[in-house]
Amino acid sequence: MSDVATPLGGASFDGLVRVEDLGTVGQITLRGDFSSALFRDAVTDTAGIDFPAPRCATWTPERSVLWLSPDELLLLLPYDRAAAVTAALSDRLAAEHALVANTSDTRAHLRLRGPAVREVLARLSPADLSPQALPVGELRRTKLAQVAAAFWFRTPEEAQLFCFRSVAVYAFDLLKNAAQPGTETGYF
Amino acid sequence: MSTRLARDGRFTDRSRQVSFTFNGKRLRGFAGDTLASALLANDQMLMGRSFKYHRPRGVVGSGSEEPNALVGLGEGARYEPNQRATTTELFEGLTAVSQNHWPSLETDVGAVNSLLARFLPAGFYYKTFIGPQGFWKHIYEPIIRRSAGLGKAPQAESRDADSYEHFHAFADVLVIGGGVAGLQAARAAAETGARVLVLEQTAFWGGRAPVDGGEIDGRDPDDWVNDTVAALDAMENVTLRLRCMGAGVYDHGYVLGYERLTDHAPATSGPRHRLWRIRARQVITATGAIERPLSFAGNDVPGVMLGSAIRDYVVNWGVAPGDRTVVVTNNDEGYATALLLKRAGLDVPAILDARPMGGGRVMEEARQLGIRVEPGRAVAKVLGGKRVEGVATCIQAGQGAVLEVIPCDAVAMSGGWSPVVHLWSHCGGKLLWDEAAACFRPDPARPATGHDGLPFVTAAGAANGDVSLAEVLQGADRAGKSCAEAAGFAAGSGTTPEATGTPEGIVPLAPVWIMPQGAHPDLRAKAWLDYQNDVKVSDIQLAAREGYESVEHAKRYTTLGMATDQGKLSNINGLAVLSDALGQPIPQTGTTTFRPPYTPISFGAIAGEARGEIFQPLRRTPIHAWHEGNGATWEPVGQWRRPYCYPRAAEDAHQAVAREINATRRSLGILDASTLGKILVKGPDAGRFLDMMYTNMMSTLPVGKCRYGLMCNENGFLMDDGVVVRLSEDSWLCHTTSGGADHIHAHMEDWLQCEWWDWKVWTANLTEQYAQIAVVGPDARKLLEKLGGMDVSKEAMPFMTLAEGSLAGLPVRIYRISFSGELSYEIAVPANMGRALWDKLIEAGREWSITPYGTEALHVMRAEKGFVMIGDETDGTVIPQDLNLGWAVSKKKADFLGKRAQQRSHMTSPDRWKLVGLETLDGSVLPDGAYALAEGHTRNHQHATQGRVTSTYHSPTLGRGIAMGLVLNGPERMGEVLSFTTEGYDAHSNDPDVVKARIVDSVFYDKAGEKQDV
Repeated sequence: MSDVATPLGGASFDGLVRVEDLGTVGQITLRGDFSSALFRDAVTDTAGIDFPAPRCATWTPERSVLWLSPDELLLLLPYDRAAAVTAALSDRLAAEHALVANTSDTRAHLRLRGPAVREVLARLSPADLSPQALPVGELRRTKLAQVAAAFWFRTPEEAQLFCFRSVAVYAFDLLKNAAQPGTETGYF
Repeated sequence: MSTRLARDGRFTDRSRQVSFTFNGKRLRGFAGDTLASALLANDQMLMGRSFKYHRPRGVVGSGSEEPNALVGLGEGARYEPNQRATTTELFEGLTAVSQNHWPSLETDVGAVNSLLARFLPAGFYYKTFIGPQGFWKHIYEPIIRRSAGLGKAPQAESRDADSYEHFHAFADVLVIGGGVAGLQAARAAAETGARVLVLEQTAFWGGRAPVDGGEIDGRDPDDWVNDTVAALDAMENVTLRLRCMGAGVYDHGYVLGYERLTDHAPATSGPRHRLWRIRARQVITATGAIERPLSFAGNDVPGVMLGSAIRDYVVNWGVAPGDRTVVVTNNDEGYATALLLKRAGLDVPAILDARPMGGGRVMEEARQLGIRVEPGRAVAKVLGGKRVEGVATCIQAGQGAVLEVIPCDAVAMSGGWSPVVHLWSHCGGKLLWDEAAACFRPDPARPATGHDGLPFVTAAGAANGDVSLAEVLQGADRAGKSCAEAAGFAAGSGTTPEATGTPEGIVPLAPVWIMPQGAHPDLRAKAWLDYQNDVKVSDIQLAAREGYESVEHAKRYTTLGMATDQGKLSNINGLAVLSDALGQPIPQTGTTTFRPPYTPISFGAIAGEARGEIFQPLRRTPIHAWHEGNGATWEPVGQWRRPYCYPRAAEDAHQAVAREINATRRSLGILDASTLGKILVKGPDAGRFLDMMYTNMMSTLPVGKCRYGLMCNENGFLMDDGVVVRLSEDSWLCHTTSGGADHIHAHMEDWLQCEWWDWKVWTANLTEQYAQIAVVGPDARKLLEKLGGMDVSKEAMPFMTLAEGSLAGLPVRIYRISFSGELSYEIAVPANMGRALWDKLIEAGREWSITPYGTEALHVMRAEKGFVMIGDETDGTVIPQDLNLGWAVSKKKADFLGKRAQQRSHMTSPDRWKLVGLETLDGSVLPDGAYALAEGHTRNHQHATQGRVTSTYHSPTLGRGIAMGLVLNGPERMGEVLSFTTEGYDAHSNDPDVVKARIVDSVFYDKAGEKQDV
């Protein structure tokens, strides 16, 4: 796979939190009727996890299902499985009014780890980062300074964040800047 | 003289000396000093010159209300003008310079303005500088700018050396102000479990109570403050921030906090300022009150200060502004200054109490200490220039006939208190006039309301107009509990602290707006209201006489309250004087509008992290790094950065563009087209939907085919264009312009979600999923054949078709479309593989000297072909028919967005300017945007015009300038020669330079389209 290059090329940074590029991530955009059993079953069978509640994410170490809107999901899976799964899901949902698109190259995913993740994100995102407002497992579509981004906490001290690939370098630079040590407010 | 007292202040630590410079002079202070207290301790009473008359000015206050003591702070990249000495904490090595003086603070030639004061009345500029027209810009303004003004702007080329950040915080109850009211409110709210955030603008908790005395729960206020802060600090649901000012309250509980992290310790690492962007369910403004000056002649002479400020300097910093201080007051609190000074061993020659019968119990106390008290007396005028030398006294009820001269070196004035209602008022909280205290205070019946129509701002403590310590604490406790309840928490049960210390036998304040009451004109012309903008009692009275009855108009006419302090000391006095002049009660005059920020905040804090590399998002294509490494010069397209051209050594941009075009037209060019918008539209109703979105028919496009389409808004104007391809029976991929992708996607979703919600259509923005590379030129097919994997012959893949497959081992979709007029393949590949495909194409293309080209070559080649560009040929007023694109506007469809608008009379008028080609007679390039002149003039006396240039380039293919433009009846006037304006055209000139150009066909190159269809 030497022909495959992600926008951040595996970059990482250690500051108030550790920021690292997750490299290639298989991503499938799904739009459809969430009340349809066929649609729900197709998603849960494929991902092997529960259908997410509104605004939430469900995941296993390998796959995640992210609730993006009342009619849009993002399925995360290994990059090299994305094309085949896209085709299989399209077939399975052929009778349904649904959209299945392989968007594996559309977004960059970053892992943020450390006790100050909420603090660092609060410098850049207007979302309420308190554990009460954004518990582990709830996904937030929001902004990171001037660009669209989304993130969810996988554990109390680890979040996964994604943004469009064209602004991955900007987002990484923002996080690097916001994670300069010695400036905590201790708000969370 | 002003000097350090024997007894140390609450804030200063005399074991730690701190050295600093003022106007280059080396001085010493102590840790805990402000610049103002340290200057006073060094007997530096003169701190600056005034704005208009260059009068000598000293510090008046002790906090954020200070109008006079403004300095330029720091040097070079850290220089900042107009910093208040009273809120600047002293640190080792601080450098400050005074402002608005020349050649020096002590000797200032501008002070001559002061002698001319009677010739510089309110509205002087408006009255004087009326004409002639050019004089304002070239004569008056430069002179005024030099003579008036405060601090100097930082050097244009210097760059702020510090960093800044934002922080987004959510709170149930936000308390602004960390005095005893704020702390009690915070505790009452926090005890319910609410998330509480407390902001205090100074470096210390407790506000005025520790200075002004009393007892809380039987203890000294200082002890109570320490215990309360410790208790709050220990609570998990409470955050306390010192040096963090509540700057503004906005809709929906949005509040800005301005935290100064390192101003007091510049060597510390980390951001200098932090802007807190807070969302609070409830806001408590416990912002205290500010003492008012009294308006007597010479009240701006250095040494005349607010009584409360003098107490602050004595108690907090151990500094006395003078040895002999005359106190002038209209209320009992003024006596506190006299008592404090006397007990500190200083002399108080007299208390002038404007009230005819003097004060209450405190008056007796003062007399017992041996202080002379003069009821019914006033200051006629202050003697001295750069320093108080004495006061001349008179009867308050009179006109100012001098009774006596009392030598002194400081004057403490107490004119009553104005609650700080700014933050209460920012979002619509209303005020009522408190007759007894002679102040505006928050009207609890008319607070700022939120989205639900319920109050979200509550005032507490002195900011609410509460006076006694007991009232303050009880009110704050109630505010804390009720706000927590309003934020959804069960009512708190904490007890209210008991407070004493309010003296018995208070005699009410008597409002004094002008001193003496009947002051004659000479005195009124020396009685300052607004120190910073040099507005006097006489100016407001003149404005009233001239008809400025509205306080907002009088403010702008006289500039009262318009300086950097926004009139914290002057507004109430000013509007009282205005009311008096208009003969109406003060509430009828009302206040001016309180607007954020409370005091100026730094631009750095507003910008936050947005500077340098992260000033703005820069969108990069997967091939960005290659462009960068190969010398591209850039063109911003939206937030994308696209290569403009790739100049080689010794080439200028013009030569590079010509080379790129020639190479492409003769052999082989390559373009990174990844930025093109790509929107997937799928569903049973997708064809019907696209027929509405585009002016032409998309539902009939066969699978595997491409069609150029136009998109108009509801008003019929062109908004986007691009190639639409049909991928399958129920899915289409719409290409948009590079800048239009997000907007067009949102536009589609808008119609789908809001209007046609029952249509079965899904969209997905796939712009970033694919890198797209255009391989262009007569040798394009050979290159793709060399890479191998797909049949790209004319037979297998005719013009305007697409094919999916594997090219050089990579999964691709190839479109045979052309924006250059040459044989062209646009290859879409998953973005992660974009760079790999690009490298393979470059490598394999060497045998045909493959030439990467940028956006300028792209533009020139499309113009040679007469293709329009959204944003060049269109500007939001152009319809497809103007561009002779009627062929792409369906006549058969029942409806599409823009159809009805395009049938309106103005849209079908034969007089609309239409697209034509233009060729200069001399082969030169027409200026961009040039107008075609017509006979005669417009109603505005400008030359009439009959067309304009929309795109203009040098065509290397044709070896001459080519242009497109919109011209009146253009297509019917082929061959006609028009006169176009040149650079620097002046619409009013009698004989403008022109360049002649002939109307020609807009397709300059290969009109038959043979080259792209091979």
